[in-house]
Amino acid sequence: MRWRPGPITLILASAALVPLVDLALPESLRISEAVRGVFLYAILALGLNVVTGYAGLLNLGIAAFMAIGAYAFAILTCEIYPFQIGFWPALMLTIPIGALAGFLLGAPTLRLRGDYLAIVTLGFGEIVQDVLKNLDTITKGTQGINPLPGPSFGGEQWTSSNELGWYYLLFALLVIVVMAVRNLERSRLGRAWFSIRQDELASRSMGIRVERVKMLAFSTAAAIAALAGGISASVLSSTGEPSNYDFQVSMLALCIIIVGGIGGIAGVLLGALVMIGLNSIVLVKATAALAAMGIGGQGNVLLSPNNWKYLIFGLALVLAVRLKPDGLLPPRIERSIR
Amino acid sequence: MQDYEVFVQQLITGLSNGMIIALIALGYTMVYGIIELINFAHGDVFMLGAFLALTLLGAFGMEAWSPAWKFAGVIMMLGGSALFCGGLNWTLDRVAYRSLRKASKLSLLVSAIGCSFICTNLGLFWGGLPMGVFAGGVSAAAPKDFPQITPQTNLLGESAIRITQADVMVFFVTIPLMIGLVLLVNRSRLGRAMRAVAQDSTAAELMGIPVDRVIGMTFFIGGALGGFASVVYSLYNNTIGFQMGYRAGMDAFTAAVLGGIGSLPGAVLGGLTIGCVRAMSDQYLESRWTNTIVFGILVLILIFRPSGLLGSTRREKV
Repeated sequence: MRWRPGPITLILASAALVPLVDLALPESLRISEAVRGVFLYAILALGLNVVTGYAGLLNLGIAAFMAIGAYAFAILTCEIYPFQIGFWPALMLTIPIGALAGFLLGAPTLRLRGDYLAIVTLGFGEIVQDVLKNLDTITKGTQGINPLPGPSFGGEQWTSSNELGWYYLLFALLVIVVMAVRNLERSRLGRAWFSIRQDELASRSMGIRVERVKMLAFSTAAAIAALAGGISASVLSSTGEPSNYDFQVSMLALCIIIVGGIGGIAGVLLGALVMIGLNSIVLVKATAALAAMGIGGQGNVLLSPNNWKYLIFGLALVLAVRLKPDGLLPPRIERSIR
Repeated sequence: MQDYEVFVQQLITGLSNGMIIALIALGYTMVYGIIELINFAHGDVFMLGAFLALTLLGAFGMEAWSPAWKFAGVIMMLGGSALFCGGLNWTLDRVAYRSLRKASKLSLLVSAIGCSFICTNLGLFWGGLPMGVFAGGVSAAAPKDFPQITPQTNLLGESAIRITQADVMVFFVTIPLMIGLVLLVNRSRLGRAMRAVAQDSTAAELMGIPVDRVIGMTFFIGGALGGFASVVYSLYNNTIGFQMGYRAGMDAFTAAVLGGIGSLPGAVLGGLTIGCVRAMSDQYLESRWTNTIVFGILVLILIFRPSGLLGSTRREKV
């Protein structure tokens, strides 16, 4: 059979070419830095997709696990703490730490019905953020923990100026995560997830251990989100303030998977491109362009495109659910029954 | 101030705020009771009601009115915001929820979250109106001062404990509304229809009850209660902002769940509890931990007693 590239391959391949295109563009139009944001959110959304897309459990606090990953990475590497285990070991450790956090939240809550579980995860997100802000002896409160190291290749320590390096490092991580979830969704566990999403009672009577399978979905999602948090802290060389991991981040991830196509990897990648592209490329560039023309700024609230963000995301959610419940790039159906 | 006086003062604040939370919680619990939707946008509808009240206050220049006229002004704001919030909530149901009645509960919830975002953004734009009460609309996102138009005399005379007209107003507005709501739900034809739809909407439809219209009315009444609450909240707390809907909504939702979602007395009990917990935590612990405590209560209640204090223990149907 002849090999034809699927949508996932096409999206990833075109993403790999962005820095080359950037070289041809003038400074103000370059987007590779913003595309790094797309990669980060794509990783986060792939994690959310495991729990909400595959297993059908709505999680409104995925940003909390991102925060846990970011702070775990920071505490393990920053020079003001005794550990300082370096970039790669710390990044690898964010995965089990995230999974453990997911397990601790999931263990008592997964028996709850769908909408109650959603609210518990939402509350958990708020609590994590408040705790990070208030335990300022450990977390440095609103200043965030910094500076954080990047990786070092050949004895050379990366700094934030190594833009091309960071771009391809994030790209490589995204590819690894894509491959991992792709294998997961085709595994026995993945089929169990699809099954409990369709009908929990029927799955239980077919011998699927529903609690265990749900728990694994929850922990996997948390682990991937924590990885996204760890790498984002390293890119910024700081955890940033705790409100960088607020409800809005969770909502952005949710928008991505719902607009893109819940339950499918290609859809999530496309969703990340559309939503984050809108959020941190189109709106930001439009605001800058208007400011350069002397419009916007402090004067009229309507003239700053950034102020339309919530309206656009809200409309995207309402319209997506109403008009395209399967998203822009729905997962192929046979996958769920294979 | 003596120790006990501090305690009583906090109790008064807690109960007043608790009554306001309870009024918002009633809107959540009614909608949840009838279509099992956590109406995420409810808190933002409440927020827009407060913005409408401030707009009315500014447009008519109520600050300069004589005390008797100010009283009329408060009535006008209450009526205006209630109608507006009720209508807005009804519209949300009509536009964003009605077509999803047969869809999964999660898509309904996602649609509600979308509505909440849209309303938040409208609040941001509203704050940019070029009016004196919005500080000329220069920094739209900044919190707005809501003028104190109720007198601030202490009704207890020289006592260290202060009860002002604002405290009294809170109870004068909220208690009759709650009594009215209970009468409406338990005695009226509409109330009977609402209870029937909540119990079994298919059976209700077969009995000739216009289910969609009854659900729409539930949204209207719940929204209107939020509208009343928004005016009382603004007059009592004197600051409003476009992001207050989220926080107020979470407090009220916690109250509804704590009392047992779907139960009207439960929502009031839950609201009073949350109001007092907030006030006590502000006073005796650190106020920066207050939100954590409220969310902690929410999570613990959902885990250990999801039916709440007064809710019925009904198992989820399969």
